[in-house]
Amino acid sequence: MLARLLALVIKEFLAILRDGKSRAVLIGPPLIQLIVFGYAASFDLNHVPFAVYNQDHSAISRDLVADFAGSRAFQEVAVLHGPERIRALIDSREVEMVLDIDPRFSRNLLTNQPAPVQIIVDGRNSNTALLILGYANSVIADASAAWAARHGAAEPPARLEPHALFNPNLDSHWFIIPGIVALLTQIVTLLVVGLSVAREREAGTFDQILVTPLRPLDILLGKSLPGLIIGLAEGTVIILATVFWFGVPLNGGLLQLYTGLFLFIAAVTGIGLMISSLATTQQQALLGAFMFMVPSIILSGFATPIANMPAPVQALTLVNPMRYVLVVIRRCFLEQPSFSSLSLDYAAMAALALCSLTAAAWLFRKRVV
Amino acid sequence: MAPGLEPGAAIGKPLVIAGLTRRFRAGKRLVTALDGVSAETSAGLVTGLIGPDGAGKTTLMRLIAGLLRADAGSVRVFGTDVRADPLAVQGMLSYMPQRFGLYEDLTVQENLDLYADLQGVATAARPERYRELLHMTGLAPFTARLAGRLSGGMKQKLGLACTLIRAPRLLLLDEPTVGVDPVSRRELWEIVDHLVRKAGMSVLLSTAYLDEAERCDEVLLLHEGQLIGAGRPGGFTQAMAGRSFHFRLPGRSKRALQAALATVQGVTDAVIQGEAVRVVLEPGMAPEAVQLPGFSGLTITPVPPRFEDRFVDLLRARSGARGGIVPVAEAAQAGTAETVIEVSNLVKRFGGFAAVDGISFSVRRGEIFGLLGANGAGKSTTFRMLCGLLPASSGRLQVDGFDLHHAAAVARGRLGYMAQKFSLYGELSVAQNLRFFAAAYGLTGARRAARLDWALREFELGPRADVTSRDLPLGFKQRMALACALMHEPDVLFLDEPTSGVDPLARREFWRRINALAESGVTVLVTTHFMEEAEYCDRLVIMAQGRILATGTSEELKAATRSASLPEPTMEDAFIALIMADNAKTVEAAA
Repeated sequence: MLARLLALVIKEFLAILRDGKSRAVLIGPPLIQLIVFGYAASFDLNHVPFAVYNQDHSAISRDLVADFAGSRAFQEVAVLHGPERIRALIDSREVEMVLDIDPRFSRNLLTNQPAPVQIIVDGRNSNTALLILGYANSVIADASAAWAARHGAAEPPARLEPHALFNPNLDSHWFIIPGIVALLTQIVTLLVVGLSVAREREAGTFDQILVTPLRPLDILLGKSLPGLIIGLAEGTVIILATVFWFGVPLNGGLLQLYTGLFLFIAAVTGIGLMISSLATTQQQALLGAFMFMVPSIILSGFATPIANMPAPVQALTLVNPMRYVLVVIRRCFLEQPSFSSLSLDYAAMAALALCSLTAAAWLFRKRVV
Repeated sequence: MAPGLEPGAAIGKPLVIAGLTRRFRAGKRLVTALDGVSAETSAGLVTGLIGPDGAGKTTLMRLIAGLLRADAGSVRVFGTDVRADPLAVQGMLSYMPQRFGLYEDLTVQENLDLYADLQGVATAARPERYRELLHMTGLAPFTARLAGRLSGGMKQKLGLACTLIRAPRLLLLDEPTVGVDPVSRRELWEIVDHLVRKAGMSVLLSTAYLDEAERCDEVLLLHEGQLIGAGRPGGFTQAMAGRSFHFRLPGRSKRALQAALATVQGVTDAVIQGEAVRVVLEPGMAPEAVQLPGFSGLTITPVPPRFEDRFVDLLRARSGARGGIVPVAEAAQAGTAETVIEVSNLVKRFGGFAAVDGISFSVRRGEIFGLLGANGAGKSTTFRMLCGLLPASSGRLQVDGFDLHHAAAVARGRLGYMAQKFSLYGELSVAQNLRFFAAAYGLTGARRAARLDWALREFELGPRADVTSRDLPLGFKQRMALACALMHEPDVLFLDEPTSGVDPLARREFWRRINALAESGVTVLVTTHFMEEAEYCDRLVIMAQGRILATGTSEELKAATRSASLPEPTMEDAFIALIMADNAKTVEAAA
């Protein structure tokens, strides 16, 4: 029994590793995505192009403009002398923000009255617009505080003293890159497992092994174990890259991290096998894998917080294993979570793994026997 | 003068091929698909391009049609060089590839319209052309039917009609008869004959069926990329006159006799044909001179030569190799009554369609039993049910006492299975494949080592043990597939189209092994659409439309067809007669 299982696993590895195309699937897409996500995907804004419409023409207002232009977040690209071009500049996306300084700005400041400054932002991407407003707010707050200090004006009664735990610089890479561990592990596991049965169906070897004394359960295990092993190996490579290449600290325990990863891969393997047993060709399997993959990423909290989703959609995320593993991975990277604090996520993934593997076994028997 | 045009007599020749060479890269291997082929064909004739799979037939067709570029050499179609002016050549010929691109979701008429549009046939000329083609192919009653709903033979005929929509001067047909039932095959041949005789078209038709050679006006014999013969088929057959005989020895095993004859000096070929062994002798050898110790009282009757005899003769002369000597132990008692495979009232329905419609037969131990039928006759479905790959809808089936679909996994250990196309793990090496199947069948320790050693030795796979099996030549793939199926010494062996596409020598070698197995008591069930192969079976059933039309030995089946006008019916004649009789019955029942 064990010898047969071993033979199946060896066969599966040989079939994947001796075939140039399968090897490429294991190495190519993960590498590309690691680079794309690692370098390109970021929530942080840099060099937002903006235009200045300074109606005040005073030293004070010029200092304010310099504060904007000097910050890393903004880049001055145009100076306006009338309000006419504001609309056109935003329409054509030449600028994402216009700083409009009122003619009464310096006069009001000097007479200790509220000095109006208008910020016009491109609201088409609401997420970016909010970030720009946040940055602009902090530039203006800093400028107000500096003015108040220099001129002995009264400090504002309450002052915000932000202090971020776990990620002191609020570097969004620390949030995104650990998520890639889950993302890529899922893609690779799903493809390896999902395509393997279809590949054998196309080649006719599936019939060949079904007429041997191997039982469906042997074949199922022989298909799942390589998926688990390859998924764990892939995950490890990406974890190493996250820590040593992208410099994201790994604060939590490896045991906690790998427990989560293992349960996640088991659940994904089950899903891959379900796709595999339904698909008759590799093309169908590939479509099936992507049909699962795209919603599972969107509904995982990888990019957008689950808490922001409408309630029915939030309910849907409960059956998405990636949702839980993202929590485990992110916590393991930035915190030092205990097993008990992760137990709910572990339990959910274990339950999903059990369901998907059982369903796969059932479909497998039904479809092949 | 037009570019590429050559003055002189060559203009009249449909094809003049000179030194044509084309190589492909397959994995790590450089395959020479065509190796310096030079040939000519004559106008207004059917030229057969004959050879097994991998001989280079399709490559040659595609080179002629200008779909591939030659590495060396030239092709001239009616004097025009294909390389110099491919468009002019394509204007003169029509090419029907093996899988013709019919649109399955369009009707017969819509397919015709589409190809008429593509070929730019004038609207005014269409009704007349359609009428002619539909009449010729017998598709007139089916113009509103979806192409996907046509039978295999009808699809081929529609493909042919679409190819002929603009009457070409040269027609290229790439294996038009493969997988088509004998009746449709005959009809296709009649259409081709009609085109040549009435319309004066020149036809180049490729086929792997050697028996079709005799229907061609002239043939080109292709083997491993080389032209090994060209001329009138009668000439080939005539060269073999007086060398073919039937050897019979009632009461003794025909397989033992065949095995003994195959090893005798001076025997070119020995194959089982029904109850007799058909022997081809070397030139000048008298049948009485055949020394067979242990077999006395042989009846020897001369038989007419066949095209295949010449092909085998040519191949033997080329390779010089002879099948290894496998002494066949005669079964202790021929035809023990023990039934190994029992099928009664077996039915398989897919939705409302009965792929297998209540069939019954039984197979005894040590018997070679054939399931014969065209594609779609239900033989593959029957085969898959017997192997346990498909559940039966109703009826009873037992293999060695088990219904394999429900039996425990261990019961499958008595079964050997060789799938169509010799499907094994292409990425794995030969040795890795063998090791995997040894483990899958639960072989361990010394037995495993011994069987692996046996497989590499017996099938001469040793030197290729580390070759990635996808890169193996077809004949070796077949050997490896059989080695894997026999790894665990099964009692029952299932073979699905075991020799389809391999050359006649590889087929003989394969059957030599199967015969030896049967003599040692292994029960063999084989499906084939290859009439010739049916002769090697002890008994067979002929299937059509999910039903069994007849059961018996090949001699019995042929004898039923014998008549004054057909004194020596072939297996194909028998098959066609059965189908005709069945169709008549259906019509009668409907009336």
